Amino acid sequence: MSTTGTLDLGDLATGPSQQWGNIRLVPLLRPEPVPGLRLHDQVNESPVTVAGSGRRSVYVGYVPHAYVATWGDDPEPSAAHGTQLLDADARAPRERVRLAFQHRRVQRLGRNRSRFLPLHLAVDGLLSLGFGGPPIAWAEWADKTVRDGLSPREETVYRGEHVSDLQEALRVFEIHPDQCGVVVHVADALAAVHVVPHPEDYRVLHPTLLLDMFGEQLFVYGLLHFTVRALHEPIDPGSVRDLADLRRAVEASRAASATGHDELMLPSLTGADHAFEWLYERSGFTLGRFLPSFRGDRDNHIGEVITAADGRVAYLKTLRLSNAQVRRGRLLRALEEADWSLEGAARALGTDRSGLITRIERAGLAHLLNRALLERHRAARARRVGRYTP
Amino acid sequence: MTDTYADLLACEDLLLFAGAAMSSSGQREFHSSAGRQRLSLGFLHDYVRETLPDLYAATLALHVNDHNAALIIANLLARPRPDAPAHERARENALIRRRLALMPPQRVYRLFGRLAARRVNNRRTRATMRAWIGDRPDLALDALKYRRGLRAAARHARVRLPEEVEHFLFSPPASRRRLPYASALLRAHAAAHHSARALYALPYTVAEGFAAHHGIPRDRFLENIRERATHAERLRLTATADRHGLASTLDLGTAPLLRLCVYVLGLPLSERRARRAELEEALDRSARRAAGPMAGTWPPTAVVLDDSYSSFGSPVRRNHPLAIALACHHLVAALSPEASSHWVSGHRDALTVRPVGPTHLAESILEALERRPERVLVVSDGHDDHPELLSETLTAWRTRIDPDRSTTMLHLNPVFDADGLSMRPLSPAVATLGLRDPATLPSLVGLARFGEGRLGLADLRAYLDATVTAYLEAA
Repeated sequence: MSTTGTLDLGDLATGPSQQWGNIRLVPLLRPEPVPGLRLHDQVNESPVTVAGSGRRSVYVGYVPHAYVATWGDDPEPSAAHGTQLLDADARAPRERVRLAFQHRRVQRLGRNRSRFLPLHLAVDGLLSLGFGGPPIAWAEWADKTVRDGLSPREETVYRGEHVSDLQEALRVFEIHPDQCGVVVHVADALAAVHVVPHPEDYRVLHPTLLLDMFGEQLFVYGLLHFTVRALHEPIDPGSVRDLADLRRAVEASRAASATGHDELMLPSLTGADHAFEWLYERSGFTLGRFLPSFRGDRDNHIGEVITAADGRVAYLKTLRLSNAQVRRGRLLRALEEADWSLEGAARALGTDRSGLITRIERAGLAHLLNRALLERHRAARARRVGRYTP
Repeated sequence: MTDTYADLLACEDLLLFAGAAMSSSGQREFHSSAGRQRLSLGFLHDYVRETLPDLYAATLALHVNDHNAALIIANLLARPRPDAPAHERARENALIRRRLALMPPQRVYRLFGRLAARRVNNRRTRATMRAWIGDRPDLALDALKYRRGLRAAARHARVRLPEEVEHFLFSPPASRRRLPYASALLRAHAAAHHSARALYALPYTVAEGFAAHHGIPRDRFLENIRERATHAERLRLTATADRHGLASTLDLGTAPLLRLCVYVLGLPLSERRARRAELEEALDRSARRAAGPMAGTWPPTAVVLDDSYSSFGSPVRRNHPLAIALACHHLVAALSPEASSHWVSGHRDALTVRPVGPTHLAESILEALERRPERVLVVSDGHDDHPELLSETLTAWRTRIDPDRSTTMLHLNPVFDADGLSMRPLSPAVATLGLRDPATLPSLVGLARFGEGRLGLADLRAYLDATVTAYLEAA
């Protein structure tokens, strides 16, 4: 089932931001944890205990996308492909990626540490989850594209630890007792939002933000050498006559700062329309993925979301696409909507067939096309505008 | 005030240096690495030594920590001022000797070793080493416990040692053991090579090596060596002793306050709750002893204590800022009959405090102010989540609510901010001072007056003069 709509963070309250260098981390707080959903036992270092009941099946476990672990009786480590909902006593996620090539390194890391896939794999995974490849074997596409869909694809992404001050910012970040999520801003551009159902889950997953993926644009922003300031609403000394006044002014300033963040910085994610694809439902929790509108004039985030029965966001993980990725995504979406017919997609994008092929080529997707077609196109273009096109 | 702008700057510089020298120990902190701490600290030392040469030595009389005292002394010895007036040089010498006498011997031997490695061998250095070694109560013990240090110092400064000690330090092993020593310690050391019974006469650190050599079980060794272990060693070994089922004979209340707080914070929460009565009594007793004659003399005081996650410090100084906060809680309770403590996390029970959560100092400070105390102390590393708001709040309080200063506020910072090259302040309206040992709290409050900008360099010089005189006369 797919729907289009905006993302609503619901009962998550914005806390006071903490900043280090050019990274701003804004905590998201929940008055009450979402009941019934917890990090799966295999991920959690200490098994979840549910108060009042000794039975473990009273909650649903989730496994974050790209989470690497040694599951059940499978001796090889593998990664969850897409976030998954499991019964608490299930042994392993259904969809996994084998990591035979990583075998030795993973073993050395030790069994109980949180760790994730190399990120290019994870991004590929997310994009290929969104686009399956042509359903009709048009002659223009390479055999491999028709057979295997878009994978394997390559995306350039950077691990969190390479994004300037992020490592230090995460280390010195002071986690709130009721914190269930965080918004990461790199040079005040919204980079990622991460929400979990329970504060204990957040504590487990907080360091894994370092292994998260960031597009090349954010890596460049990370190189900008400036210090972000706290979001601040000044208090007016003239209005202060006694301590009660001052206390009210401090409260008002804090509230105004939080509202400022929600109204100015969060709409990068919450203000845009997303196409949601709802995958499946388990015990009231629905797992979905969303893709952005791929418009060039706004920020584009992809991600995965789990909503509770009452519509609250229980789990959320987003990734901001860089401009090049947005261009690729826009092409792929147009192609998909035209059932991978080049003429149809070219009409939708307001160009002609050869213009579309040039765009596909420049977006780094040439390998999807039939080789003979590509050669013909290049020869024709060379005849028309010369070999060295601007 | 007749001070020029330069004088005011000098006054500020010196206070900044004093604060850094009180709190930084050149180790890793929560927000900065050991390398950065040392780099910044080294710069401050050089800067003050060059710009205020006459006052540099005088800071030894303030409560600078041992790490910085050793640095100051090394600088004074390595770069003497031959053109300084004779009375200043004499005073410097007296300060160096007095401070060395108060420092733990292992630190002094490390300092001497470093001077020897740097080949600092002027007359002043040799005389200092000779005088200090000559004042040691038991050189045979030093020869055992600080063998390498004493050897290096004696060789570097050509110090005449008692004949036996000299023989022990400078002869090859065979002849060293053969000599029939008059000193019981040295005799025991020679015997301990072949007799397990003799090692219990040796100091703990020396005996430990022999115990391993003879393969003595840990519990038997700990039980028998207990008499010879120092107080700090016994405190450190309580957990091991418990594990081996040995009854602890240690009286916790006799430990220094800060060390006791570090010990308490090292215990798991369940154990702290189980031993609540014992620990609280020990903390109170230690705090009363630290307060000394000042106990109960302070006006109503409120302390705001930072127990946010950053008060964890670093793995090398585990829980150190939090331990200082805990110590201040107990010390102020002993100093002032009407004291109140306000933990930043909203925690009420001091014994079970943990370093978790964010830093929202503004609310806690307002809560403290609502009790209308005469004095407010804020113990925090100054890394608030929202520095602008905190600064504005304090400024508004000072200018609008309490302009006639009926309440004094002082920020005590246990952490030196290496990147900012200062103690991270809360607000221009509140003076910030470094703090290492809470036992020095009463005298720090005296120094804080200079940070508010109402007293100038001349007053500071007079204050330092008086402090130095008192410091030297206390010998």
